[in-house]
Amino acid sequence: MNVRAITRNLVKPASWKKLLNRRAVFDPHLNATHGTILYMEDVTVSFDGFKALNKLSLYIDDGELRCIIGANGAGKTTLMDVITGKTRPDEGSVFFGQTIDLLQLSETEIAQGGIGRKFQKPTVFEHHSVFENLELAMHADKRVWPTLFARLSGEQRERIDEVLEIIGLSVERVRRAGLLSHGQKQWLEIGMLLMQNPRVLLVDEPVAGMTGQETERTAELLTSLAGRHSVVVVEHDMEFVRSIARKVTVLHEGSVLAEGSMNDVQNNPRVKEVYLGE
Amino acid sequence: MLKLITRYIQRDTGGNTLLGVLALITVLVPVLNLVVPEGSALHLSTYTVTLLGKYLTYALLAVALDLIWGYCGILSLGHGAFFALGGYAMGMYLMRQIGGRGVYGNADLPDFMVFLNWTELPWYWHGFNHFGIAMLMVVLVPAALAYVFGWLAFRSRVTGVYLSIITQALTFALMLAFFRNEMGFGGNNGLTDFKEILGYNLHSDATRAALFVASALALAVAYITCRAIVNSKLGRVVVAVRDAESRARFIGYRVEQYKLWLFVFSAMLAGIAGALYVPQVGIINPGEFSPLNSIEMVIWVAVGGRGTLYGAVAGALLVNYAKSYFTAELPEVWLFMLGSLFVLVTILLPRGVIGLLRRSSAEAAP
Amino acid sequence: MLRIDKLNQFYGASHILWDIDLEVPEGSCTCLMGRNGVGKTTLLKCMMGLLPARDGRLTFNGRDITRDNPEQRARIGIGYVPQGREIFAQLTVEENLRIGLGARNDKLREIPARIYELFPVLKDMRQRRGGDLSGGQQQQLAIGRALAIQPRLLILDEPTEGIQPNIVHEIGDILLRLNRDEGLTVLLVEQKLAFARRVAQHFSLLEKGRVVAAGAMPDLNEQLIHRHLAV
Repeated sequence: MNVRAITRNLVKPASWKKLLNRRAVFDPHLNATHGTILYMEDVTVSFDGFKALNKLSLYIDDGELRCIIGANGAGKTTLMDVITGKTRPDEGSVFFGQTIDLLQLSETEIAQGGIGRKFQKPTVFEHHSVFENLELAMHADKRVWPTLFARLSGEQRERIDEVLEIIGLSVERVRRAGLLSHGQKQWLEIGMLLMQNPRVLLVDEPVAGMTGQETERTAELLTSLAGRHSVVVVEHDMEFVRSIARKVTVLHEGSVLAEGSMNDVQNNPRVKEVYLGE
Repeated sequence: MLKLITRYIQRDTGGNTLLGVLALITVLVPVLNLVVPEGSALHLSTYTVTLLGKYLTYALLAVALDLIWGYCGILSLGHGAFFALGGYAMGMYLMRQIGGRGVYGNADLPDFMVFLNWTELPWYWHGFNHFGIAMLMVVLVPAALAYVFGWLAFRSRVTGVYLSIITQALTFALMLAFFRNEMGFGGNNGLTDFKEILGYNLHSDATRAALFVASALALAVAYITCRAIVNSKLGRVVVAVRDAESRARFIGYRVEQYKLWLFVFSAMLAGIAGALYVPQVGIINPGEFSPLNSIEMVIWVAVGGRGTLYGAVAGALLVNYAKSYFTAELPEVWLFMLGSLFVLVTILLPRGVIGLLRRSSAEAAP
Repeated sequence: MLRIDKLNQFYGASHILWDIDLEVPEGSCTCLMGRNGVGKTTLLKCMMGLLPARDGRLTFNGRDITRDNPEQRARIGIGYVPQGREIFAQLTVEENLRIGLGARNDKLREIPARIYELFPVLKDMRQRRGGDLSGGQQQQLAIGRALAIQPRLLILDEPTEGIQPNIVHEIGDILLRLNRDEGLTVLLVEQKLAFARRVAQHFSLLEKGRVVAAGAMPDLNEQLIHRHLAV
């Protein structure tokens, strides 16, 4: 992040407002009237002169399941970093719904406000059971004192059971997370994200290292989540992408190379060029 | 209510054993010392009673350490500081109780102040003639230090080895400070020559037995409290912080706050341990702040098995018993033993003695 | 020359390579192909001993090298040019090349003239620090360094990545020379289809950690390309 961007952020009046008002500014009645839940416009991110994202524009519709593909270094991870607030772009705007400017919010605020990210390597709490992992991830008052006296209400218990059902781990509820298979850990982590009631799920290479069966199940899981949630999946596994994709975005050198249905993208000559290294 | 108790008991065999043993010795030891006549084979000398009492305060200290290390991954190599501060608070009360019976016969000033030609009591000594205030200081002073230190350290996201190093620095700095006569805590001689506690003669058998019982009770209450904390949702969060700190933060927990409050609570327990220790050994000096002491406590917890609470108790008792034995019989050997114990436990017994017992019982089960 | 039987590789619990069977015939040039993330680099690292194989067997010229560490594999003649070159930036070109000499069996302590012959630009830049070279020059240096150990098998991981086209062509020429003229066995990972077709005689196609197709380069038809290489 360069000096120009830092000073620009300091001088913006919105950032002063944020400093004065510490609470997250997420609107529970998120305005997604135009059907678009995530807007990214002309986003540019440079690291030491190298443009990781180059005037990238991307729009995710409410409830859709989008796949993002591209070679290593195309900008997929940086894209997610920008949305979640981990990296601030040098230029461009990122909006959640019509009104929420993600560039004004901290990483924690974004995470708690409805954008969940699942990283490639599953990080679940190994010593806790599946149930406890979900309990910990639950949307609740997370301050020290209330947590000391927290008791699970019937409603909360039901919610955990619901999520266990969705991710297919109901049978494993008391199993220590460290003993789960790789695929099961991935699903548990998705479950932990779901406990926070996210509107948008960013999923990074979910099927790396999974067996064929696990991959199929993951495809089912992600497909079932679309609609109630908006799911953005970054993947290399073309077979998997083919099985779930409705709309595919191809990234190349920091911007969108092509976008459309799987068919469109497959037959796009420029995409072929890039993938076959012509 | 009954269901709650049975659920509590069913889950914790090790803890229940500990509480059972404590209950037993709380009754047995004073009886064997005060009631059973001296000539008898079953008689426990007062020396033994005091020694056991001392071990129990060490056990309490170990529990305090296990709470933050075993469950939250905070390796404090400076917990001796909190122990010593609690001890000094008690020591100051006991010094005030000496009154005019000191060597210099000054009713207001302890001997060492007279020796330094001081004419009046420093402001921070006022109030320590009241037992209530002194006891308040026993918990508040370590808590305050822990709060400030923790706030600075955890907010800066200092973890792991670096945190351990600065806790060593903390206790070392305090040691140097308390060694100085100008500080008004007795300098290198510390506070000693105590006569009375709450009006009772500190040297009488009955008082010593009472102190023993108090130590046992403190340990039991501390154990039950820590157990409750560890089994609560807060306990689960804290373990999550230990296992995957950034993940916990990512979920929304203010990790720094959790670490801070747990650290403060642990410091208070350590302070209480120190306060019970001092009247039983009769002296508190800056040596208690020694960095080596703080490292030794960690060895107790490591040997016993961290992350179980009762393991810490077992470790404290085992190692200190060994120390008493070896420093009496083969004094040159003790330091080597301690060092090799540390190495062995780290390499062969990462779960300590308790882990070894669990493993063998797991194998024995069908 | 190199045979891999039923190799399985994990990252923690994540199963990356599944029952890989691969054969690199002596004197051939084989290209390992597949999209990003299929496990090509992981496979090469297993071949080189940089990653331990969970199970399976690696045989080099009849010798079981599964338990050998990388230094041993270098000594018996496996040269490795890693992805991203990984030349020693603080050392000069000459020093970079000299590093490889220690693994030679003939105890030669001079940089063979052949390397400077193959890469004249390296001769000019002998005293230049490795970090100051351009990408293409670094790639040549990396190949030269691998050649310095006198390898019987040369493994290259994406040697043309991020290199300008004319240097790519040069590298292709050099590989052809080493393989066709001098009989050096070559195994390379390459995404550029045209380059692979030019240089290699055999191919092995990976998808999701498994070998899905293998054979002579002419057999790499449109259908396979469409299914496993393109989107």
